[in-house]
Amino acid sequence: MSSSENKKRKIAIIGGGLAGLSSAMKIAEMSLEKKDIIVQLFSIVPVKRSHSVCAQGGINAANKTTGDSTYQHFDDTVYGGDFLANQGPIKKMCDSAPDIIDLFDRMGVPFNRTAEGRIDRRRFGGTLHPRTAYAGATTGQQLLYALDEQVRRYEAEGLVEKYEGWEYLSATFDTNGACCGIIAQNLVTMEIQAFPVDALIIATGGPGSVYGRSTNSVSNNGLAAASLYKQGAKYANGEFIQVHPTAIGGDDKLRLMSESARGEGGRVWVYGDASKTWIDTEGIERPCGETGKPWYFLEEKYPAYGNLVPRDIATREIFKIVYELKLGVNGQPFVFLDVSHISREKGREFLDRKLKGILEIYEKFKGVDPHEVPMEIFPAVHYSMGGLWVDDKTHMTNLTGVFAAGEADYQYHGANRLGANSLLSCVFTGLHVAGPEAVKFARSREKAAWELPTEIFEADVKKEKDFINKLMNLSGTENPRLIHAELGNIMTENVTIVRNNEALRKTDEKIQELQKRFWNITVPDKGNWANQSIRYAHQLYYMLHLARVIVLGALQRNESRGAHYKPDFPNTNIDFLKTTIATYNKDNDSPIISYEEIDTSLIPPRARDYTKKTVSAAGAISN
Amino acid sequence: MNTNNTMTTETQKTVKFRIKRQITPDSEAYWEDFEIPWKASLNIITLLMAQHTHPVTSLGHKSTPASYEANCLEEVCGSCTMVVNGKVQQACTALVDKLEQPISIEPMSKFPVIRDLMVDRKRMFESLKWIKGWNPVDNTAPLGEGPRISPSEQEKAYNFSRCMTCGCCLESCPQWSADEGFIGPQAIAQSVLFNIHPTGKSLEDERIKGLIDNGLNVCGNAQNCAAVCPKEVDLIGAISQANWQATKYMAKQILGNGH
Repeated sequence: MSSSENKKRKIAIIGGGLAGLSSAMKIAEMSLEKKDIIVQLFSIVPVKRSHSVCAQGGINAANKTTGDSTYQHFDDTVYGGDFLANQGPIKKMCDSAPDIIDLFDRMGVPFNRTAEGRIDRRRFGGTLHPRTAYAGATTGQQLLYALDEQVRRYEAEGLVEKYEGWEYLSATFDTNGACCGIIAQNLVTMEIQAFPVDALIIATGGPGSVYGRSTNSVSNNGLAAASLYKQGAKYANGEFIQVHPTAIGGDDKLRLMSESARGEGGRVWVYGDASKTWIDTEGIERPCGETGKPWYFLEEKYPAYGNLVPRDIATREIFKIVYELKLGVNGQPFVFLDVSHISREKGREFLDRKLKGILEIYEKFKGVDPHEVPMEIFPAVHYSMGGLWVDDKTHMTNLTGVFAAGEADYQYHGANRLGANSLLSCVFTGLHVAGPEAVKFARSREKAAWELPTEIFEADVKKEKDFINKLMNLSGTENPRLIHAELGNIMTENVTIVRNNEALRKTDEKIQELQKRFWNITVPDKGNWANQSIRYAHQLYYMLHLARVIVLGALQRNESRGAHYKPDFPNTNIDFLKTTIATYNKDNDSPIISYEEIDTSLIPPRARDYTKKTVSAAGAISN
Repeated sequence: MNTNNTMTTETQKTVKFRIKRQITPDSEAYWEDFEIPWKASLNIITLLMAQHTHPVTSLGHKSTPASYEANCLEEVCGSCTMVVNGKVQQACTALVDKLEQPISIEPMSKFPVIRDLMVDRKRMFESLKWIKGWNPVDNTAPLGEGPRISPSEQEKAYNFSRCMTCGCCLESCPQWSADEGFIGPQAIAQSVLFNIHPTGKSLEDERIKGLIDNGLNVCGNAQNCAAVCPKEVDLIGAISQANWQATKYMAKQILGNGH
């Protein structure tokens, strides 16, 4: 790097998924004229392999063809999230969505088209409007590629430097407490290095690894967010973990079968059993379908939304079918997700144009053709509504100069995210909030980070090196992978679909026990070249901390709201219409939980009910 | 009694596999054998995870976890390309029950080995710069919709756009090697993808020049690439289209800038 480039201001972006790349693209564009800022993009994997590629179904934006409006999108999102999110930012996101789709259209995303050549839409959960634009069933991959291409263009112009195969470890702060650099480790050479930067954007996605197996990718280990939490960042709404209703199992991961399968007419069913009953919202006892015939339980219970009820609701219904009514397929923990009728009615090719991406995943892993036979699915941990606390307007965390975007932040989705809103929030926050705000911040700093004395950075590099050496020198009897498996199992058992305080308390005790046992591990590779074992152990250390944030948030929230369901407290409680804030307490190495008011000034909270035949007037408010 | 016997046999069933190890880029490669209990629906990734949990060879020697790349584990990110039983493929979709044992797992041979099963595929991303693999949009301002695209054009573009830069095509290509002139089918197909887009078209000549400079004509039409592509990208069609675009381009050069 030339010395003049060394003297430019730098913005580090951690993570190269949709949020990271849209931030990078925006910052490079803002720096294009003056060339005063360089983006340093850090990613564990080559950015083109980021977890955003796993997003399947689509991206939401109101469109003119079906009487939809950005206000309706806003209302669906707020209501779908059970009002647990500040409304101002959500409104801005929904208002920006149509322009975001246009931008991706211009960048060349091969969205499915109508006969006239316009972008086609399909329905998704929690709305009655087809507002989801899609590219087959690999929409996230296609949006990511479009951003990757634009960022590569800026990379070729020298405005973006990529650090692929590096893992973020911690942030460095100047004497005023503002972030002035990051410490990262090269995953091949294992070198630990400081990078002086003038702003930092965390776009590392969710913490799926805390649950062992989930629909998340291997790189979604939560380390960056957990490390910042340990450095004083507020972590908000950690307990709000979305369990997606439709996934397939595997020993290595749980694989998503997109909501778009239902958006295209897929139906969820089990064989009925008229000797068993369920009670509807009017208190009437009804039989569980006809014995031996397909029972489309979501369609019967939710006539307006049918199979496209929001994810929290579909997940709980499937859980009840399997564990309470014991109507799972062949007594197993599965229900059917069926698209075979679409294939029969409209042809294989029709189905492939819409859903090929997921149907081939199912066929490759299960060896059964879902065009012909119903898929066997079960819920899986999928998404974190919670994340790093950020300011509404700037997406700055409570740590000066540290921003967060995408799934790594806590905004927009409240207690339950609607399908196809995550891609939108990733792009919106990167492109319209964190990206431009980081530029503003970096430019406004009196002194550039490169002007600071190198001692500040050297001290932090030493801290990280010492910590890793300490892990490397452990020679106990515990196996990091087995500790991780224990963590994943107990989190999945007690902190997913159904939660109760006794089990949550036990889980927290168990995590603390695992934290103690962690210091009795042996890292099985002592080398200093592409050593994946030491990275794994380091990540596990942080997962354990994040797990406690999730568990204690859940324990203290004595209500049911969105994805957080406690049978002992089955209703929402206005006292808990608040954001959970976890802060790290060094003294006892534990999170402190507090609460923060939520802005509900635009749409007054109302009870969430998807069971009615027609949607209430409130649901149809529009401006 | 019978049931018990069957159960004992079942629990004793194992999976035997061999990993080609290479601890640094310059060190000698060697093989290590492993054996783990069989379960239903194992894939190569689960074998590697088991090897990381217990890095002990089938002879009982303590080893180290074999380094490998993997991310999405559902064949959409392109990370986990390896040569399994001699065939280049994604480790996540390589199912144990469909493979003959002992299963051999080795890194791709055409890319420099970093360690064990990890290889350096940087050149694939670099080549996307050489072909200007992007649509040159003006900026991110709200400028309205993109160009109208028919469903058939979309289907063609989507096919090319599913390329996940995994490297299977390059590994299988008899003409391609990491340090020689031929750019290979992956970048050729990407170049065609951008050339068919109404906005991307404006850079067609530069892209084609990039391909010609990087040995477009070296392709010997072995068609191995299309056979191994996990995403059924129309690589043969792309190469023939790129050749046609190159012929047009050269004719224009001879006739004077296309006038």
